[in-house]
Amino acid sequence: MLALQILIDGFAISALYGLGAIGFTLMFGVCGVLNLAHGGIMVIAGIIGWWAAANYGAGPYGGAAIGVLAGLVAAYVTYFAIIRPVQRSRAIPKEEEEIFVLTATLLWGIMLQVGLDYLFSNNPVTMRSMIPGVISLAGVRTPRNEILIAVVCWVVIGLLTLLVNRTRLGKQLLAASINPRALTLLGFELSRIYMVVWTIYGLLAGLAGVLLASFIGVSSANAGALTASAFTIVILGGLGSVPGSLIAAYVVGYAETITAYLIAPTLRPIPALLILVVVLYLRPQGLLGRR
Amino acid sequence: MLRSPLFWLLVPTLLLGATAPWWLGAYYLGIFTTAYYFGVFSMSWDLLFGYAGEVNFGPTFLIGLGAYGAGLLNNAGWPIPLCLAGGSIIAVIGGVALALPALRLRGPYFGLITLVAVLLLIDCIVIFAGVTGGEIGMMVPDVLSISATVNYWYAFGFLVVCGTILFILSRSSLGLILQATGQDRIEAAALGFNVTKHKLAAFCISALFSGLAGGMLVFYQGTASVDTVVDLSITVQIIIAVVFGGRRTILGGVLGSIFLILFDELLRPLGQLNTFVVSGIALLVVLLLPDGVLGYVLRPRASR
Repeated sequence: MLALQILIDGFAISALYGLGAIGFTLMFGVCGVLNLAHGGIMVIAGIIGWWAAANYGAGPYGGAAIGVLAGLVAAYVTYFAIIRPVQRSRAIPKEEEEIFVLTATLLWGIMLQVGLDYLFSNNPVTMRSMIPGVISLAGVRTPRNEILIAVVCWVVIGLLTLLVNRTRLGKQLLAASINPRALTLLGFELSRIYMVVWTIYGLLAGLAGVLLASFIGVSSANAGALTASAFTIVILGGLGSVPGSLIAAYVVGYAETITAYLIAPTLRPIPALLILVVVLYLRPQGLLGRR
Repeated sequence: MLRSPLFWLLVPTLLLGATAPWWLGAYYLGIFTTAYYFGVFSMSWDLLFGYAGEVNFGPTFLIGLGAYGAGLLNNAGWPIPLCLAGGSIIAVIGGVALALPALRLRGPYFGLITLVAVLLLIDCIVIFAGVTGGEIGMMVPDVLSISATVNYWYAFGFLVVCGTILFILSRSSLGLILQATGQDRIEAAALGFNVTKHKLAAFCISALFSGLAGGMLVFYQGTASVDTVVDLSITVQIIIAVVFGGRRTILGGVLGSIFLILFDELLRPLGQLNTFVVSGIALLVVLLLPDGVLGYVLRPRASR
């Protein structure tokens, strides 16, 4: 009974972690950008979605759509106002670009968090369930919404896999992650591909934020923890590897759920951190990462 | 020496700092006292980040070890100087523990390990709340002094001593070899420098000063808590201070810390928005003056 409960809850939360992390890993794989404002973008989507649904009668679906849109806009602003100036700046040497991207997105993430805190306070907000009601799965009472979230996550992940592996656009993305220089020599516009990645990233982060708001709720105070958890999952799975991130999301999700149910809810984050330390010592490139 | 712009900046600044108790109120003295300890945090972080090229997100791991180590020893009845020494030793042990993964992992991977170290330290503090005071914090029985002026002198003296040592170290062969390893580890090793030894030394030095400053801060404030010495927001402040002031300058971190803490106070009427404004200014500096304020001033004229 308890085992089944852990299995179901862990599955849903892990799917959500996976959805939150694959945008992050795609971004690093193709553009080489580690976006430390990731959590901030997720929280924007969640809070704007809740705000539109609660105050403007947009309903749970309309609110979700507006939230995803807000995530997309936030991602574009991050790209045009923060990342592009760093990449184009002549005063920043190329070999130090990574450090500058990390610092700039870190600052931007704080600005997002504090701005949201100012506008919406840091009280956690929860969106109304998209499908109300509870269903009994082999004796375990599970909210229908939780099942919907897991399904949506996996459908989106599946669509993304199809896009990357089966379409012309996806092949360009893969090529850009392997050898961007060769791709430009073949006559493809790299900045256009980056725009595509930022669009996908914005939609994924926005959707993850909205689903999180409807599952366990979001608050501006979560932004840092969300970035840290995406970062953990992505590094654990191997930077730039989408399947690795999904496996890592399930490892982290189940480690947290099992600890919360069987040991103590307060110890929830610790096992995932310990697993991470051990994996990085034994296999520094992560589970499925390339060196 | 008389030609160097740094000299002409440093002398009046030191004079202003040394005479501050005669023309500044106790309130501002307190702000500067905190800023000076942050300056030492930033300088020791710059040694790892600017010189050794390590993306260390865990300076507060070292600071926290020093601070809590000193606080716990003080609660056990040790006098302050012994506590500070003990805290620094614990911080140096933590520095060696951080240096071990740094020898194997690069860039973001190492950055994450340091982040995890901080999170684990916070979890440990919360779990062993009986000894450490948990989220509320731990009181220490002794304080450095109750007079704002005397506290200011302690902080100022400490900053000057640490700044001098770290600045000389950064200009010595150690600093040069660290820069070389940070920029191209393989080439530095091929030139015959012992990369491992120098990295280890950098981590120990950084940990020593971070831990010592953490301990001093505890005995200035009379309490050690996660919010003041371990929280990730402290890390963020240190990073902002160094990048704002100018990385790879050591002294830039002090400038950045003073800017950050002073503006945070001055903009307090803005309420919650003060952090927003301060981060925004720092972001503009990062985008427009990547070498930081001090780096821009000190750059040779020809290349400007």
